[in-house]
Amino acid sequence: MIRVRIPTPLRPLTKGQGEVETKAGSVVEMIESLNSTYPGIKDRLCDETGELRRFVNIYVNEEDIRFLTGKDTPLKNGDEVSIVPAIAGG
Amino acid sequence: MELTEQEIERYSRHIILQDVGGKGQLKLKRAKVLLIGAGGLGSPAGLYLAAAGIGTIGLVDGDVVDLSNLQRQIMHSTATLGQPKVESGRKTLSAINPEITINAYRQLVDAENILPLISQYDIVLDGSDNFTTRFLVNDACFFAKKTLISASMFRFEGQLTTIKPHQGYPCYRCLYPEPPPAGLVPNCQEAGVLGVLAGTMGVLQASEAIKEILGIGETIADKLLIYDALDMKFRKVGRPKDPACRSIASLILP
Repeated sequence: MIRVRIPTPLRPLTKGQGEVETKAGSVVEMIESLNSTYPGIKDRLCDETGELRRFVNIYVNEEDIRFLTGKDTPLKNGDEVSIVPAIAGG
Repeated sequence: MELTEQEIERYSRHIILQDVGGKGQLKLKRAKVLLIGAGGLGSPAGLYLAAAGIGTIGLVDGDVVDLSNLQRQIMHSTATLGQPKVESGRKTLSAINPEITINAYRQLVDAENILPLISQYDIVLDGSDNFTTRFLVNDACFFAKKTLISASMFRFEGQLTTIKPHQGYPCYRCLYPEPPPAGLVPNCQEAGVLGVLAGTMGVLQASEAIKEILGIGETIADKLLIYDALDMKFRKVGRPKDPACRSIASLILP
């Protein structure tokens, strides 16, 4: 099982859950699978061309997937995924 | 520049620390720190930086103190409602430490005024409340080679990192290449923020600023700290330099 950490701004979509689980084999599969359980989440993560938005980062364990293999970054049992959007409050 | 007898007594709990000492306290006295935003983050950061004996603190903010600020902006008080935040802040910081210089700039930062402003300081703390300012401050600090301690918050969650590309570390655009389109991400006014979260994040900013000035401990310049107040979890993720970073090409500054 892979644990996915949901940031505060997206929790209204996950019924308030800060962490959800997935069995996806890659980040792109994870996004699709999250979107089927929590409709609307894909739109918040990806733009209309399906690319990850440039103010949202996804980390597998502690590594930003932009510096791995992007959305194709593989996931394996025990991985921890964090979704981290830019926030600006001060 | 030396420490007076009064200062030696005031900062004695610092001076006794091996990693600070009289030499370190003098570094703090010589240091000039600019706070962009005298609000939720700037308040606790300012209070501790003033108490720590940072010799010159600049406060930049265009707003006046509003009743809805007081749930978290602890540099201000009911007695200073309606006053410019930078003036209210100056009074509070001077009351804590009359030995230091506090410069108040009642203005918003923009592409015109930011470079001359930050050039007078060693370290910049970003406690602003919008993405436009955050990208502008990053770009200006990039050009001026100033270390930037950046914190931000949203509801129950805070982020912190130190930005110093002039020392080979990534910039803010390496972390977030572009700001979200206006209106997509709600601000604190629309979304709310736990007041005490501002305290946690602002004090962490002050702590990192003091470490940078003293040159002690580990920098957070290659990490992003994420704090979740509800889960009571601090997590750090890697923050590498982005070889495709457009920090020069897409600058807000000319």
